[in-house]
Amino acid sequence: MFVLIAIFGSTIAPYRYDALIRGAARLPPSVEYPFGTDRLGRDVYSRILWGARDIVGLPALTTALAVTFGAAIGLYIGYRGGWVDEVVSRIMDSLLAIPALILALVMLGTLGASQTGIVIVIVVLYTPIVARVVRSAVLSLRSTGYIEAAKLRGESTPYILFRELLPGVLPALIVEGALRFSYAIFLTASLGFLGLGVQPPSPDWGRMVNEARDSYAQTPWALWAPAASIALLIIGVNLLSDGLRRTLRYEGTLG
Amino acid sequence: MSASNEILIAAERLTIDYRADGRWLNAVCETDLQIAPGEIHGLVGESGSGKSTLALGMMRYLAANARASGRVSFDGSDLLTKPDDAMQRIWGKQIALVPQDALASLNPSQRIGDQIAEVARLHDGLSASEANTLAVEMLRRVRFSEPEDAARRYPHQLSGGMQQRASIAMALIARPRLLILDEPTTSLDVTTEAAIIDLIRDLIRDTQAAALFVTHNLGIVAQLCDRMTVLYAGEIMASGAVADLFARPLHPYTIQLLASLPRPTHGTETRLPTIEGVAPSPTNRPTGCVFAPRCPAAIAICGTKPPVEALDGGRLIKCHRWREIAAGTLTLEAPPIQPIRANDAPTAGYTLTTRDLRKTFARRGMFQRRARLVAVDDVSLQVRARSTLGLVGESGSGKTTAARLIAGLEMADAGTMELLDVPLANGARARPVETLQRLQMIFQNPNDSLNPYRSVGATLQRAIYRLSTAKLSSAEINARVMMLLESVRLPANYADRYPSELSGGEKQRVAIARAFAADPALVVADEPTSALDASVQSAVLNLLKDLRAERGVSYLFISHDLNAVAYLADWIAVMYRGEIVEEGDVEQVYNPPSHPYTEALLSAIPNPDPTIKTHRILLNDDANGAQVITGCPFHPRCPRKIGAICEHEAPPYRDAGAGHFIRCHIPVDELTVLQTSAPTMRTGQALPRPETP
Repeated sequence: MFVLIAIFGSTIAPYRYDALIRGAARLPPSVEYPFGTDRLGRDVYSRILWGARDIVGLPALTTALAVTFGAAIGLYIGYRGGWVDEVVSRIMDSLLAIPALILALVMLGTLGASQTGIVIVIVVLYTPIVARVVRSAVLSLRSTGYIEAAKLRGESTPYILFRELLPGVLPALIVEGALRFSYAIFLTASLGFLGLGVQPPSPDWGRMVNEARDSYAQTPWALWAPAASIALLIIGVNLLSDGLRRTLRYEGTLG
Repeated sequence: MSASNEILIAAERLTIDYRADGRWLNAVCETDLQIAPGEIHGLVGESGSGKSTLALGMMRYLAANARASGRVSFDGSDLLTKPDDAMQRIWGKQIALVPQDALASLNPSQRIGDQIAEVARLHDGLSASEANTLAVEMLRRVRFSEPEDAARRYPHQLSGGMQQRASIAMALIARPRLLILDEPTTSLDVTTEAAIIDLIRDLIRDTQAAALFVTHNLGIVAQLCDRMTVLYAGEIMASGAVADLFARPLHPYTIQLLASLPRPTHGTETRLPTIEGVAPSPTNRPTGCVFAPRCPAAIAICGTKPPVEALDGGRLIKCHRWREIAAGTLTLEAPPIQPIRANDAPTAGYTLTTRDLRKTFARRGMFQRRARLVAVDDVSLQVRARSTLGLVGESGSGKTTAARLIAGLEMADAGTMELLDVPLANGARARPVETLQRLQMIFQNPNDSLNPYRSVGATLQRAIYRLSTAKLSSAEINARVMMLLESVRLPANYADRYPSELSGGEKQRVAIARAFAADPALVVADEPTSALDASVQSAVLNLLKDLRAERGVSYLFISHDLNAVAYLADWIAVMYRGEIVEEGDVEQVYNPPSHPYTEALLSAIPNPDPTIKTHRILLNDDANGAQVITGCPFHPRCPRKIGAICEHEAPPYRDAGAGHFIRCHIPVDELTVLQTSAPTMRTGQALPRPETP
């Protein structure tokens, strides 16, 4: 449903995200403006529909990238072991030791706040987490007979990684990916709230919450609508990842 | 043995079902089982036969999704109808359980002594100090040499055998009247197992408790139990006195099971009789006799359920045709042992030679400095063409590491290897495809030796494709897949199956087929049968033997099962702590003179002939596992240690003639004298042991 909104939101929205509706500032929710309008006279409902594209699209892109890089790194270091594993794991541990939001703020401060910036930040943050999950899954498969049989056939490392090992870690990877997706949404919204996300006037759920904060007394709907949307979206994604976990019968640790 | 007629516990038409995926599956069907005080009752069956369920059902200790019907009389009342709180007072006090995995059943964060004492405090209301004294006393009774010290330890600080003895102490402290032992020795080494078996026998004799001993090992039953019950697919096939059942088996299943056990007397020229087929799954049991689909004597009437009939001596049998078998009009004498084709004879030349192979592992500890463990210590082996070298030893002896070095899965630190007189590169990666073709491996665990996401056909296709130097068309590859499946006696339609649809024995056959994808000269087999049931094990051993004859291959056969080794191997090397302590042909190794360690190993094998009581040579538990730096590695446990020389000087590798070598300070002639005189004499050469952990 959120995916549908993200894709088609811009076309079904009654107004453009930056359309200022004359004389319609601070209107409470009504049939015409289901979530009311904000202090500048923009339709909150339309802005949410427009904003859905970024709040779903950006995390989806970052998650896909983080899962791809994380899986590749995790497969390789888990299979290879030895000093390569030690070095890469320690580097990832040190990245994980820094609180995510602080690292994000620092990086966006230097990179400049932009969509590309957000993508880079979240990929950097989540790749090690995914890699760690994949690595631990690989460790339990590394010494199985079929992997050793593959070595005795003289298979290349990429073949062993992607053809023999990957199917085995796929359930863990899918569940982890879904989980990362929900965290990425949360982080994107948080960064938006802090003004480091998508820049105005593009609608961003996080920044909408921030902007509506000042005029909460007059237009509470302008705050509630995006906040509730974020909450609903994250709950939805979490339910999805739970469902995946159950269907794939994967008993992993919750991230 | 109990002479009394009183019965302590009796199951009557006990039926146990499990609920799974919304329906009831039968695990145990209408079984009758009685145990008298002082009696050890053996409960045998293959995996999935319901033996553990029946044993736990006898004490009404069942999972939440299980239901039981019938009756279990204990002390004149029916356990199945007792309220739960009444059962809590019976469990531990009246009926105690010794589980299979001792480590998992002991609390890892509590000292051994406290855990054992807790049982006494709970059930006998002893004070803390009384209970502790009693706990130490119990540890002494289960033969801890320093019980006070053991009581202060945590479970992980004890070896596997010690953990199992601690859990026996815990089970016995409240003086239960019935002890249920669920495969207590399955995960232990053969020498440790022998010590536990002896301990259980003595304890039961002393306490006059009754015991139900669940196992798949008929050798243990023969050596330990008074009466036995044979379970198959949840039903009792036969039960009765052990001596009687072994001497005169009347049920086709029992007859075949006993015949299929590998014994050294079979020699390497023969094949084992096997039971065809696999045990039915609980979802798909035959409506008639459950054994009929695999029974060579099955006739039309076997499509109906046979009644359980009682014979003399409390013997039960469930077969339509037992009368004919008893009268001798129906013989199930397993098909006469067939000689292997003549071209199987070893030929001159060596397939594999290793010289001074060495591998050291760095053991890492967070707070200690790195300790080094020499897993393989200058091992030199020769595998002759078209023959089998059996490599035996306990866990931790380095036999698997040696095999992995040869296969190229580990890198040797030093030493050289030659395959067919061509130097063998260190590590599979450095070996050209021609070498890989010639050297393949079969793994221990059938469940992880096949990629679960790939069909049998795809697995074999890939192996054929990778290991061929010629360009093969996909039609040619498929033809080879069919040939391979046929050579491991699997139907062609198995190519489309996935590993999860195969039984353990079938998976192992596919793994064997994979090893034979090219034209191997040497196949390294790392305990290929130890995870399989007895009836399946013999079929796999036969297959290996047939393939050796058909394909002219040599095997390096790693096993802790000396009977399987004797059946398949021409030449045997015994490893202890990374060193070869003895090598020779089967005859030489199995008979005096032999290394004291080999002697102990051989004496520990439970003989599946209740009339032969072997004298055990008990070894001390290998408590600390520390590496012995100087002298003979075996000296701390050696029953024949002759003095300081064993501690300080490495023993010489003495030539006992005809290629037979023994690494010991005791001269060969002296060993012969020592080992042929009583009481530690071994019983001829018949030292068979069925095995499937």
